[in-house]
Amino acid sequence: MSRYIATHAIRGANAIVQEAEELLERTLKEKGPDTAVAFPNTAYYLPFILGMTGTEISKIGELPPILEHAKKLLSPVPTDSRWLPYLGETLDCGMATLFAEEIIMALKFVTGEQPEKLPGLQLAGSTSFTSPDNGGGPNGNGYLNGPIDDIQLRSWGIQLVDGRMPGFAAIVGAAKSNEVAVKIVRELQRRSILTFLIGSSNGKSIIHQLMEEGVELGYDTFTVPFGTDTESAIYPLGFATRSALTFGGMKGGQAKEILRYNKERVFAFVLALGEVDDLKYATAAGAINFGFPVIADTVIPEILPTGVTTYEHVISMPFNEIEGADDLERAEKLVQKCIEIRGVKVTIAEVPVPVPYGSAFEGEVVRRADMRVEFGGKNSRAVEYLFMDEMDNVDDGKIELIGPDFEDVEEGGAIDLGILVKVAGRKMEKDFEPVLERQIHYFINGASGIQHIGQRDIAWIRISKGATEKGFNLKHFGDILHTRFHSDFGSIVDKVEVTIITDPDMHAEWLEKARAAFNERNVRMGAMTDESVDEFYSCTLCQSFAPDHLCVISPERLGLCGAYNWLDCKASKQINPTGPNQPIKKGTEIDAEKGYFQGVNEFVQVASHGAVQEVSMYSIMENPMTACGCFECIAMVIPEANGIMIVSREDSSMTPAGMTFSTLAGVAGGGLQTPGVMGHGKFYISSGKFILPDGGLKRVVWMSSILKEQMAEQLKAIAEREGEPDLLDKIADETICTDVEGVVKHVTEKNHPALSMPPLM
Amino acid sequence: MAAEKKKKGRTPEESSIDPAAQEMLVRAEELGLETAFSRADNMKPCPIGAKGQCCKICFMGPCRLTKDGMTGVCGATIETITARNFARAVAAGAASHSDHGRDVAFTLLATGKGEAQGYQIRDPGKLRRLAEELGVSTADRTNEEIAVDVAEICIAQFGQQKGELAMAQRAPETRKEIWRKLGLMPRGIDREVVDILHRTHMGDDQDAEHILDAALRAGLSDGWGGSMIATDLSDILFGTPSPILGEVNLGVLKDDEVNIIVHGHEPTLSQMILVACSEPDLLKYAEEKGAKGINLAGICCTSNETLVRQGVASAGNFLHQELAIITGAVDAMVVDVQCIMQALPQLAKNFHTEVITTSPKVKITDATHMEFDEHSAFDIAKQIVRKAIDNFPNRGKVQIPDVKSDVVPGFSHEYINYMLGGTYRGSFRPLNDAIMSGRIRGVVADVGCNNPRMQQDFQHDYLVRELLKQDVLVVQTGCGAIASGKYGFLLGEALELAGPGLREICEATGMPPVLHMGSCVDNSRILTVLTQVVEEGGLGEDISEVPAVGIAPEWMSEKALAIASYCAASGAYVILGITDPIEASNTVTEIMSKGWEERVGGKIEFVIEEEEMLRRILEHIDKKRAALGLPEYDPTKFGQSGDKRMNELLELKPEERAEALYGQPASD
Repeated sequence: MSRYIATHAIRGANAIVQEAEELLERTLKEKGPDTAVAFPNTAYYLPFILGMTGTEISKIGELPPILEHAKKLLSPVPTDSRWLPYLGETLDCGMATLFAEEIIMALKFVTGEQPEKLPGLQLAGSTSFTSPDNGGGPNGNGYLNGPIDDIQLRSWGIQLVDGRMPGFAAIVGAAKSNEVAVKIVRELQRRSILTFLIGSSNGKSIIHQLMEEGVELGYDTFTVPFGTDTESAIYPLGFATRSALTFGGMKGGQAKEILRYNKERVFAFVLALGEVDDLKYATAAGAINFGFPVIADTVIPEILPTGVTTYEHVISMPFNEIEGADDLERAEKLVQKCIEIRGVKVTIAEVPVPVPYGSAFEGEVVRRADMRVEFGGKNSRAVEYLFMDEMDNVDDGKIELIGPDFEDVEEGGAIDLGILVKVAGRKMEKDFEPVLERQIHYFINGASGIQHIGQRDIAWIRISKGATEKGFNLKHFGDILHTRFHSDFGSIVDKVEVTIITDPDMHAEWLEKARAAFNERNVRMGAMTDESVDEFYSCTLCQSFAPDHLCVISPERLGLCGAYNWLDCKASKQINPTGPNQPIKKGTEIDAEKGYFQGVNEFVQVASHGAVQEVSMYSIMENPMTACGCFECIAMVIPEANGIMIVSREDSSMTPAGMTFSTLAGVAGGGLQTPGVMGHGKFYISSGKFILPDGGLKRVVWMSSILKEQMAEQLKAIAEREGEPDLLDKIADETICTDVEGVVKHVTEKNHPALSMPPLM
Repeated sequence: MAAEKKKKGRTPEESSIDPAAQEMLVRAEELGLETAFSRADNMKPCPIGAKGQCCKICFMGPCRLTKDGMTGVCGATIETITARNFARAVAAGAASHSDHGRDVAFTLLATGKGEAQGYQIRDPGKLRRLAEELGVSTADRTNEEIAVDVAEICIAQFGQQKGELAMAQRAPETRKEIWRKLGLMPRGIDREVVDILHRTHMGDDQDAEHILDAALRAGLSDGWGGSMIATDLSDILFGTPSPILGEVNLGVLKDDEVNIIVHGHEPTLSQMILVACSEPDLLKYAEEKGAKGINLAGICCTSNETLVRQGVASAGNFLHQELAIITGAVDAMVVDVQCIMQALPQLAKNFHTEVITTSPKVKITDATHMEFDEHSAFDIAKQIVRKAIDNFPNRGKVQIPDVKSDVVPGFSHEYINYMLGGTYRGSFRPLNDAIMSGRIRGVVADVGCNNPRMQQDFQHDYLVRELLKQDVLVVQTGCGAIASGKYGFLLGEALELAGPGLREICEATGMPPVLHMGSCVDNSRILTVLTQVVEEGGLGEDISEVPAVGIAPEWMSEKALAIASYCAASGAYVILGITDPIEASNTVTEIMSKGWEERVGGKIEFVIEEEEMLRRILEHIDKKRAALGLPEYDPTKFGQSGDKRMNELLELKPEERAEALYGQPASD
């Protein structure tokens, strides 16, 4: 701290704690101590309070001891002369501030003042599923985000660890101008940095600024507008606390560990725009406890020595002093500096397209009204096909458009499209074709104003009017793919040639060729079993977050996040030979049905640092595989029904286990083996090895309806193979029941096969 | 005769750099009184003893070995004699510190048993942490029950015969391995002292290196034994220090209040006197005697104990003990143990001051003895205060120098840990980072005494001032710390005296660039800090790798040699000033410098010249930095942090300020 900052932070802390005290007293009087208090869709109660104190707050009456704790952390402001040291005291005041802010926000949930109302705001895309009970309903019309829920946290997990989301920026205040606000956010999005928007400066918030400029805000665009007051900074800090609980295997009350986890593993920083007042200083002091540095675009005292944070604690970059031709260039440099100070590792290829580009734009939705043209979907057909060829047959960098571009297509119209990617490389293998092909989705989606859904011959691409105005054309798809394949897969791929086809004859011809190839691949993939290979692969990607967890990935069991299958790992090993995916020799087979292998056990013992001694590849009941926290599904035993239930990450309803997905996730994650509970990838359900020793799919007595829908075809095929063609009907879901009694009733009525299977326990 | 003496002597300005001392020395001259300063002028140090050439261990001698190749009657070489003299001094120093620790342990035991009148456990957290460390169960037990067990284990450390000291286990692993390998690991506190007295008796250990190894081991039994027990148990009983505002120098005495000075080293009695000083009946009694209140002040390390814990004013360091009496304002000087000049009762006869000895171990002819016993501590404390009040009306002419300085002392390692991260993030990381980056070039512990053979405080002041300019963080204990207090180094404002990197650290933390860590037994805190620095990581695996130096430029007591020995044995480079008690033997000088550096990583050197001392300090720090692969010290890289620009901005008019908030308005 500096004495100036200490003085202001301590003053701010004292004021906000007093405010919390008054609000608490008032709410207690009005609502009574038994009134429930909670943030929506989280198993972590009030997460900051849980993390720091281990206290599970569920009623207002439980808050006074927390407030007392906050008061004990306060201290008087330093004197003008003969001052006593103030750094520890200021950091404590920062913590007191965060306690007070979480108390205030929780109480405002009780009174309906949170999440904050903001007329005219519509959150982007899948932000809708976050908090349907927030008052705003789907798309959160007119409401700011409020706390991030557990589902979103987990679905971001894999992106956090694999570097697709290299860090977090918490912007507090308002930029010098709307233009600057947009530029700052675009620069962050370009680097795929998740950006939190908080607070105001002189009555204006960056949220207002971005809304005025029509910037799409929401989870899918990596921009989360929490609130226009400084107190809403507690939401991202609660999110940070939960990341340690979710992925770090920490328990509530392990305050020091949680804070250090954030310092060491969560690359977040605070960017304070506009004047910094007492409460902002106090809140920043709280953020510094997490190891998050603060960068201001105004004159504030700098704190350059390091220690509580990894690099400098507080940096002042007065906006007008940043060297740059204009404000936009200054904004760019400001963001650059922030990234440097937090040590955020950003590796992003400069993609030569006329629109902003980065993972932050992957989830962007192009609505019909904003659409210039689409390919695929109902009215046309788009196909994308990647294949390898001889080195001499590939002309690297060649991007050819066969047929007309879309300028003659009517606005909102549709045409057929083919995207052919021909690659060559000394380390390229036929098996990697589908691995690389699936990347087309992510690569194309990274362009702002372009929406990509699906793959193969069911791809569906939209280009927005905005992107078209900026000069985006079909050949840019080629530029994107050429650049990204080289930057991301350069160790496999030496040459990339892209052909874009709109010519109807050519399109028809290639559609046929592609379909033949897809068929061949399907057959090949279907023939690939765990028995057919000598090596499985490890995935220790999540060890940056969950230090003792690893996935063992086999042809018939993909990673629990759903993002890595066996072929992906094989390719990844080629790309990064010392990376997180290492081959595991199966070694002696100890038990084929349960999936015990000598080599796997030995590898797991070392890679889990001794936490796991033995792992069964297929059983949920005996030494099940551990989980980090970003699983797509959780399976859990329902003893009463002699079966298991499977809940999807996207299902926020209650389950027969008596817990929602979020609460269950706390049991399943953290790198611990818990027999009877297992996190897994969605497509493992359709594997021939799905809980093989425990009875396979026929054991499933309850399943989130979304899984039934999404996987209908595959599941049906298995059911038929198993001689239970009506199995899906016999499996209950949340629309049928959400308790054990209901499950038992349903399976009994339907004569579910699990009832006649050997007892699970 | 008196006139002749004065001629030979130094002027007051030459005797001390402290204006309060100078004024009192003028006053002493006016009154024709002797002080340690004038006695030092008149008594040259014995040239043979000063260099360690004199052996008076048996009565075939004393033998004076003044020429090359001479031996004593028994054939003892100059190496043996110098080493034995040094080792015996270390034993005496270690015995003093450790016996102090033993007394505190007995007080804790009595407190636990409810037999110590007026005492209580003020830091139960530290008690419980220590209990856990010592294997004492804490679950479902009262603090008092725990205290009894802890005290008994600590007391047993003194009489332990075999094995390893419990607190020595705190040292870094690599360090302990060195001790074990070289046989330096202390077995029991008393045993190591007795061992030296035995082996240095006539006709025993007569190999210099072997004798000096025993000195290192006895030193360790002090630093990681007796002193550490004294520090930890004092914190438990009286509170672990944290920064507090206090005052230093003779100006803290009050002409209208009863002045009681506590002097010596132990906190047990002084803490009780402090409580007694605010007893309403005694305050009323003082009022009846015409005083406006009761003013407690300290001198020497008893003062440090109360200064770092309660902010009780310090009247000064070692050489102020006589000067305080010369003010004529001291109604009682209550002394316990160590560093109490026998001159006090004689000097006091010229004034009304009552010199009261209190320790069962310390009586001084002509002083009043009121023996202290922790079982009735509070009663005794009240009697002493009453006696001082009774003496108040007997004051004659009073002359109190109007000289005092504010200080912020109280840097226990617990607080430093808190200071650097608060309740939730406390650690030594920011300190390590600061050293690694070069903001802090290195750390110097400036400890030890005053010595009237040198201008009082001169070298402390010079070295601290120069080290701060070089971005060296200074930690202090004992009389050196009080010296720094006098010259304003113990204040946050002193950051102005620091180099740019250190200044940034001061501004970030609010700490002074010089940290007052306590009394001379509290040098054990420095060992703990160094250990924690090593454990935090980035500065090597052992204390010997940390860019740190220990110095005692104005030392005079045997305790200083004990401290130097345990610091060296712990891996630190130690420089002592004033004189060289091993000068007579090049071999011993080699053993203690090059020899120890190779074997234990630390060493002791005696350097008289302050410039040379500074040069060696910086050279050593830079050598250690280089060995760790740290960047070369470069002050030009630092200094941007802080409030300066913000304060300039606040000077502006509101409209200008709004514009300047984003930096200077763009020129276009």
